[in-house]
Amino acid sequence: MAAATPRIIVVGGGLAGLSAVIKIAEAGGKVDLFSIVPVKRSHSVCAQGGINAAKDLKGEGDSVLKHFDDTVYGGDFLANQTPVKNMTAQGPAIIDLLDRMGVPFNRTPEGLLDFRRFGGTLYQRTAFAGATTGQQLLYALDEQVRRHESEGKVTKYEGWEFLSAVLDDNGVCRGICAMDLRSMEVRTFPADAIIICTGGNGAIFGKSTNSVVCTGSAQSALYQQGAFYSNGEFIQVHPTAIPGEDKLRLMSESARGEGGRVWVPNDKHDKRAAQSIPEGDRWYFLEEKYPKYGNLVPRDIATREIFKVVYEDDRGIDGQPMVYLDVSHLSPERLNKLEGILEIYEKFVGDDPRKVPMKIFPGMHYTMGGLWVDFQQQTNIPGVFAAGEADYSIHGANRLGANSLLSCIYGGFVAGPEAMKYATSLPAQAGDGGHAAEKQRQTEFNSMLLNNPGTENPFKLWRELGETMTKHATIVRYNAGLDEADAKLVELLDRYRNVNLSDKSQWANTSFAFTRQLWNMLQLGRVIVKGARLRDESRGAHYKPAFEKRDDERFLKTTMAAFKDGAPEITYQEVDTQFITPRPRVYTST
Amino acid sequence: MAAAEVTTPKHPASGRTITVKVKRQRTPDAAAVTETFAIPYRPNMNITSVLGEIALNPTTTEGKGTTPIAYDANCLEEICGSCAMLINGKAMMACSALVDKLTGPDGNGAITLAPLSKFPVVRDLAVDRSVLFENLKRVKAWVPVDGTYDLGPAPRQFPQVQEQRYPLSNCISCTICMEVCPQFNDATGFVGAATIAQAKLFNMDPSGAVLKEERLRALAGGGGVQECSFAQNCVQACPKQLPLTEAISDMGRDVFVQQVKDFFRR
Ligand SMILES: Cc1cc2nc3c(=O)[nH]c(=O)nc-3n(C[C@H](O)[C@H](O)[C@H](O)COP(=O)(O)OP(=O)(O)OC[C@H]3O[C@@H](n4cnc5c(N)ncnc54)[C@H](O)[C@@H]3O)c2cc1C
Ligand code: FES
Repeated sequence: MAAATPRIIVVGGGLAGLSAVIKIAEAGGKVDLFSIVPVKRSHSVCAQGGINAAKDLKGEGDSVLKHFDDTVYGGDFLANQTPVKNMTAQGPAIIDLLDRMGVPFNRTPEGLLDFRRFGGTLYQRTAFAGATTGQQLLYALDEQVRRHESEGKVTKYEGWEFLSAVLDDNGVCRGICAMDLRSMEVRTFPADAIIICTGGNGAIFGKSTNSVVCTGSAQSALYQQGAFYSNGEFIQVHPTAIPGEDKLRLMSESARGEGGRVWVPNDKHDKRAAQSIPEGDRWYFLEEKYPKYGNLVPRDIATREIFKVVYEDDRGIDGQPMVYLDVSHLSPERLNKLEGILEIYEKFVGDDPRKVPMKIFPGMHYTMGGLWVDFQQQTNIPGVFAAGEADYSIHGANRLGANSLLSCIYGGFVAGPEAMKYATSLPAQAGDGGHAAEKQRQTEFNSMLLNNPGTENPFKLWRELGETMTKHATIVRYNAGLDEADAKLVELLDRYRNVNLSDKSQWANTSFAFTRQLWNMLQLGRVIVKGARLRDESRGAHYKPAFEKRDDERFLKTTMAAFKDGAPEITYQEVDTQFITPRPRVYTST
Repeated sequence: MAAAEVTTPKHPASGRTITVKVKRQRTPDAAAVTETFAIPYRPNMNITSVLGEIALNPTTTEGKGTTPIAYDANCLEEICGSCAMLINGKAMMACSALVDKLTGPDGNGAITLAPLSKFPVVRDLAVDRSVLFENLKRVKAWVPVDGTYDLGPAPRQFPQVQEQRYPLSNCISCTICMEVCPQFNDATGFVGAATIAQAKLFNMDPSGAVLKEERLRALAGGGGVQECSFAQNCVQACPKQLPLTEAISDMGRDVFVQQVKDFFRR
């Protein structure tokens, strides 16, 4: 018998999760919304640049078909084309809706939406709200959810962490198992369908441009429960991030757009202050290697060159992984245009980039890969849906700037109603639907951790994980290095069994929760590494010098990772290319 | 290309350490204690990286093994609003608080960390600030859209309106304005500057204005806008430089006008 009022659990309250919640509440469903952080503090707040939609308000002849083509081409043809087509078609209506919700988008003098140009397109297609578009969009959706919450349609579980899905004897999802991050209580919650919107996985790389809770832990837990994880090896590394002690903060491409120059000292141990090193003692390596494009080579090329200078030529500033991005020579008018981003640098580094060259390095930024979903956003586990950065759809081998916020909202808008549809025709569960068994499994894992007499510090293991992943599985990949990385991950998983928590208390124990996530990060690390190891080609963000070309014959395929006998097993699935025939992706002519 | 040889970045061995005194509390009811840590100094450290360093080696200066410090943080770039705490006694965001600016003129001063004082402590530096989200419900800080289906474009809005609304929409819900406000306490029940600013934001939206009167009534009477004593601490402490006092006086005026209207309607 089908449930009278479908009960849906949404895990994650970034743009994707909140979008799904709103659609379900609107359709009369009941939603329980789970999030580690208060949803208003989700990682989506970090997005600055904007959100794409082909509204063509600039009279340039832009169209949703062009947006569709740019996205597929930018993704090096690895994305299934049907959902990309649907997303780009819905773009304009999504922007209108956000505008109606009160997002303070920038305006033209006539009071219409203003648009700017972003990478990978010739059109001004990006709507923006100052330099904080993600924050403004997240708040608009958060406010709508608060409204539904005050009307009793949504129950929030903020400060609760999803641990796993509850699966019945037939492998059908019947709810979730979650942990209260204050009382550390482990509980299961019933649901007819669940939607996973848990975002990215930057923490697997130690430091990234992502927020702290972007560990990929939930996605990994589901993968270990039988969900396919797809295209994990496709990781976007942004060329210019500000290396920090705790994170890598994004430094926008516009700094180079306005004339910023990238260089390192000829002598890496040059003790002079950067600004007093004369021209002759500086190496402007991008300008030297790419006389035509100079500092404005495409993102992936800039990223690879900086990596080479630091790790192969050993020319990083003071032996550290950093190069200079210099805007100190620019005119005051140009510096003014960069005001916002220069302030970020000044605030966090303490130096004034108008006077002192900025120190930057590429930073792990975004995962194109994620949970495998069908065109209804459902994973291969019945009743488990996924949306946002946590799923693999839309971006293929490389994401275009400002397309992620759109894909999050689109994915949530599809997943919500589809989960409702699924739930309405779900047969009733037999017995307890697997709740007791799942709770026991998680409680046992917890007591194993808390009672472990070992000697390993989880934060140190995490540091080693991050260093290994950043070294072998980001910008430039070698099969030997990937093998080494996998061996290291196996070693870390082994040492994990010997982990010792300095805090064994049962109240707001953040290091305990983190240590739980670390297990899942290690497992997902292996998926990323294995996928990269087996993909002997170069496509989008995945670059192997030993296999410089894209190889459509062998690898125009979705990577499907399944958890078999404690390790990832990789198979491949055909890509939906029914609308646009794959063609070479050429940077030099752009 | 040969396999890249990567070494862990070596930090200049300055040998200098930073002294950090942390006010800690194991549970909401436990007594507070202070623990002192010595952290190896590195250039450009912020307070969240200091806390991360303690987690790597949770040992006090007396050599006593202790637990990593509990605190809230997510974005680490002063946009999610999680990490507000008292740093050297001042309410600040930990992620944008740089060590170099906190150790005094000679660089040897100890840094003190404590939880915000006006909110219930959860553990150590983590506090419960859910009161703000409840206040936002009270003033209906949202635009009541008819539905999320395609209803075409929103009304036009001049750039001047956007330019006024945008700064208010930058509020990160950090609650620092409430922490520093002398009127924010149990006696007054004052909603605080952040909530009043959000009410103004939605009253200025062409569609959000449909709930304007309800918002003004929610801000009338006890705990409402009248509790403000114009100490102006909020506007000075706000990490996002919101025009808070301006919002409060605008809303104070609107609330008064609404009250007069309501009086004559009776
Ligand atoms: C610095 C930066 C700038 C960016 N700028 C842009 C831009 O300009 N344009 C653009 O299109 N994209 C941009 N992106 C990418 C974009 O911001 C993200 O891809 C997007 O916000 C992801 O949204 P999400 O809803 O999938 O997840 P998130 O916003 O990351 O939300 C994840 C949610 O899941 C919750 N969660 C996670 N794990 C669990 C668990 N186990 N249990 C319970 N809850 C959990 C979290 O609490 C959170 O609520 C940027 C990214 C970065 C890092
Ligand atoms: S961690 Fe987000 S504001 Fe400090």
